[in-house]
Amino acid sequence: MLIKQPSTIKSFEITSEKNYLNRRKFIQSSTLIGGSILSNNLFGANLPEKPFAELSDIKSSIYSTDEKINNFLDVTSYNNYYEFGLDKDDPYKNSKDFQSRPWSIEVTGEAEKTGIFNIEDFIKPYLLEERIYRMRCVEAWSMVIPWVGIPLANVIKAFKPLSSATHVRFETLHDRERMPGQRSRVLKWPYREGLTIAEAMNPLPLLAVGIYGRALPNQNGAPIRLVVPWKYGFKGIKGIVKMSFIKGQPKTSWEMAASNEYGFYANVNPKVPHPRWSQARERRIGSGVFASKQPTQLFNGYGEQVAHLYDGLNLRRHF
Amino acid sequence: MLTTKTARIFLKPPVFLICLLPFFFILTDSIELTGNLGANPIENIQDRLGNWGLRFLLLTLAISPLRKLTGQIWLTLFRRMLGLFTFFYVLMHFLTWLILEQNIYLPAITEDIITRPFITIGFLALLILLLLASTSTNNIQRKLQKKWYAIHRLIYAASILAVWHYWWQVKKDITEPLIYVFVLSILLLYRIWIKYLSRKN
Repeated sequence: MLIKQPSTIKSFEITSEKNYLNRRKFIQSSTLIGGSILSNNLFGANLPEKPFAELSDIKSSIYSTDEKINNFLDVTSYNNYYEFGLDKDDPYKNSKDFQSRPWSIEVTGEAEKTGIFNIEDFIKPYLLEERIYRMRCVEAWSMVIPWVGIPLANVIKAFKPLSSATHVRFETLHDRERMPGQRSRVLKWPYREGLTIAEAMNPLPLLAVGIYGRALPNQNGAPIRLVVPWKYGFKGIKGIVKMSFIKGQPKTSWEMAASNEYGFYANVNPKVPHPRWSQARERRIGSGVFASKQPTQLFNGYGEQVAHLYDGLNLRRHF
Repeated sequence: MLTTKTARIFLKPPVFLICLLPFFFILTDSIELTGNLGANPIENIQDRLGNWGLRFLLLTLAISPLRKLTGQIWLTLFRRMLGLFTFFYVLMHFLTWLILEQNIYLPAITEDIITRPFITIGFLALLILLLLASTSTNNIQRKLQKKWYAIHRLIYAASILAVWHYWWQVKKDITEPLIYVFVLSILLLYRIWIKYLSRKN
């Protein structure tokens, strides 16, 4: 009973770590030279249709960590995406045939600008940025992932939310044919997530369309997903089709499933344990069988950027 | 009908080797040349050892009902062996948690055992199995006589704790724990039913 994982990613499609790092250097130097030309938005972000296709014109970011990046195979074969099954290699195995085009995103609610946009137009006005973020799963493991995407704050600003909007809610595609995991009633579909407007306007949240300089693989949430690095991974909703500006705090999928275990805020916090396990330490994926777990940091180490958002909030109660 | 003697000679050695197979596959998967354990190898090893501990526990509990239903006396020959394999897999599961998962970091270990109910009950089940395994020799059985049976009835408590331990640690989908609950219920209800019948007579 040898469990061999079938390799759907052809070896030539995997950027070797060395090439990848070289490319990053190239990107960094080229943004220094070309940045001034690009910044006037003449050339917006282009999103290729095929997962793994190379993305171009990516600028680097001051928010990136210089920690060791997890390898491509770990990031693309071990994650939670219940729409494609419950085991952590299920998204990788069951999302092969998923077609992420055509894809449109509906923007509704309390905003000056609303409408339905196809994905290409949706990201066109922005420049792609690489953000290398720590990702901390609520299950006490973590990775470092080089995302490519557009800052959520810029998108929010463009839709001009009304002052009545307090939160933004996201929804994943709901399609039992294309997402076989939705045939199970393990969560209420569609998957729903949300942020306060203040959180969404913070410079850190990213609408990711790629990893490792390539278009997002299906299993990681193609074609577009949210990344909120100071919160537990389940806040990073994948396969987004809807964004609503709303009054009042939205109910999120995990909160609906078990409100005593998963809260709306879901900020990474080593001092607030999950009712069934400790959040004090985390296992960094790829660190090897004999490596120790490492201490988890408040707000996953992004406190400098986000702690002020929670001034006066009881983090134990609003977990 | 198979005699106990032939079963001991011809069945026991191969069954012993078969019981070692899950462990063998975990070892070969740990070697890069022959397999792989995925992105989170510790979780993989720990889950597989725990699962096999549970399976062997249920197999051990299935021996007596099977013997009664089929009349094959030689089945009893395998009860102790399966019980000891249960202990072996559960112990390896525990050691994986202790050494690889917690890195023998005592504050975290004691905190987990005391404050995480699913770990508390798993630990209790381990202690019971340790008691059963250490009193499993013929000598001790003879010495303890009636007390031995009383002690070894603790396996029912251990099996309930073990399945409960599994149920409590899954994040959301309880399909697999439910399968174990179902099998265990049948095995325990059968015993209650037999007891009820014998009382009636």
